[in-house]
Amino acid sequence: MSIRTEPVTINLGPQHPSTHGVFRLRVTFDGETVVDVDPVFGYMHRGTEKLAETRSYVQIVTLTDRLDWVSSMSNNLAYVRAVEALCEIEVPQRAQFLRVIAAELQRIASHLMATGFLVNDMGAFATPLMYCFRERERILDLFEILCGARITLSYMRPGGVFQDAPKAFWDNLDALMKEMPIYIDELESLVTTNEIVLARSKNVGVLTAEQSINGSLSGPMLRASSVDWDIRKSNPYEIYDKLNFEVPIGKNGDVFDRYLVRIKEMRESLKIIGQCVDMISEGPVRADVPYNIRPPAGDIYSSIEAPKGELGFYLVSDQSISPYRCKIRSPSFMNLSLLREMLVGWKMSDLIVILGSVDFVMGEVDR
Amino acid sequence: MSLTKNQKELTDLINTKCIDSNAILIGQDIYISSESINDVMKFLKEDVEMDFNFLTSITAVDYIEFIEIIYHLYSIDRNHRVVLKTKCYEIDNPIVPSISKLWKGAELQEREIWDLVGVEFSGHPNMKRVLLWEGFEGHPLRRSYLG
Repeated sequence: MSIRTEPVTINLGPQHPSTHGVFRLRVTFDGETVVDVDPVFGYMHRGTEKLAETRSYVQIVTLTDRLDWVSSMSNNLAYVRAVEALCEIEVPQRAQFLRVIAAELQRIASHLMATGFLVNDMGAFATPLMYCFRERERILDLFEILCGARITLSYMRPGGVFQDAPKAFWDNLDALMKEMPIYIDELESLVTTNEIVLARSKNVGVLTAEQSINGSLSGPMLRASSVDWDIRKSNPYEIYDKLNFEVPIGKNGDVFDRYLVRIKEMRESLKIIGQCVDMISEGPVRADVPYNIRPPAGDIYSSIEAPKGELGFYLVSDQSISPYRCKIRSPSFMNLSLLREMLVGWKMSDLIVILGSVDFVMGEVDR
Repeated sequence: MSLTKNQKELTDLINTKCIDSNAILIGQDIYISSESINDVMKFLKEDVEMDFNFLTSITAVDYIEFIEIIYHLYSIDRNHRVVLKTKCYEIDNPIVPSISKLWKGAELQEREIWDLVGVEFSGHPNMKRVLLWEGFEGHPLRRSYLG
């Protein structure tokens, strides 16, 4: 006797602990197996690109904080670099070092969040996540010393940074640099060789290199699929060409490789910060830039390697004090373009894990 | 970056490979006709020397008299970039061919442009709003949008 089955469509989200924001996914199941997915975006759309058209170039820095709120420093950096390219502003050397230190600290913080939530999604509820949060807290404390804020930082300005780092920052950074490798080892000892993690993540949600490139994926997602591409290496910005670091590459493009690439990137970031601390010299931290910038008419696209991938700003200037158009190429949004390829055919519990491995933040997806 | 051709040579090459592209160089930007987008993109993507395998972003800007659609392409293996632009003078009902058959990554971005700027992409498999809700009136990034 054959049993008649029919597909069932259910909603994952908008409110769901594993969706990292307000993200709704309409999933069609055949039994436990995913047969189709239809993502619904926009629950957090705040019209950032429209708001940018009525604000001055300096004010927009605060809008970028709220895109991907776990990596505000990188958002700041991507935006101010676009403005500087548009106006051809020279940034003082010390400011460039400070920016790279801040951006790499932010990369560690962002990857800690990604790892913590990935393990959380696998069912290790809250405990490993709290380990990650403990370390991230240290970095947020550093940011607080640096600019007074912990999440919405607005530390960078077109032409440099808001202020020089106080002495307390360097002392705390030294302490963190000593302890962070131990923290990462500890995290790895809990996760990397864990049998349950391996069973849940090896060969799950595989994307090939061709698929990932075709889908405009970037960052750890792309590198996990064995594509050796990092903007810090291919088009070095700030002072990255003076620094010595590796770009970790995955092999299979599965959930485990994405996790491992992030862990290795954290170690590389520590290396970068260490070199910056050794190389940084005294000097001004901000170029002489007027408060109301009027860039020459024209357009520019400038991108950096944010923790989640290529974050780019396309600015069009009409010589007024606010941009004519400010388009944000956000990595989280683009990394979701291959959802169907990743999810179809997997079971419901794998779906949650695969979503966790993408590491998207809805503030950046919906903008 | 390391593209051996300069913008002028690239424009001429596009013109010889895709005859109806009418590629012209204005300043540093290459403008092509909107009908030929798929041919030009296919050439840039598949030609061994060009090898633009990565679609970085698609953007549209409303310049009141016309809408400009901007394509940023990148080659991961060869590390060079190119910017292509096309103008669409049909302000009330702009339609441009979709390149989602060449790059899967174009799908979401084209939906976003339809949503915010109101450019329709013909041949797109799922031309729906993405950030705003179905039934929303107008396209917020148009200059004529009053909110």
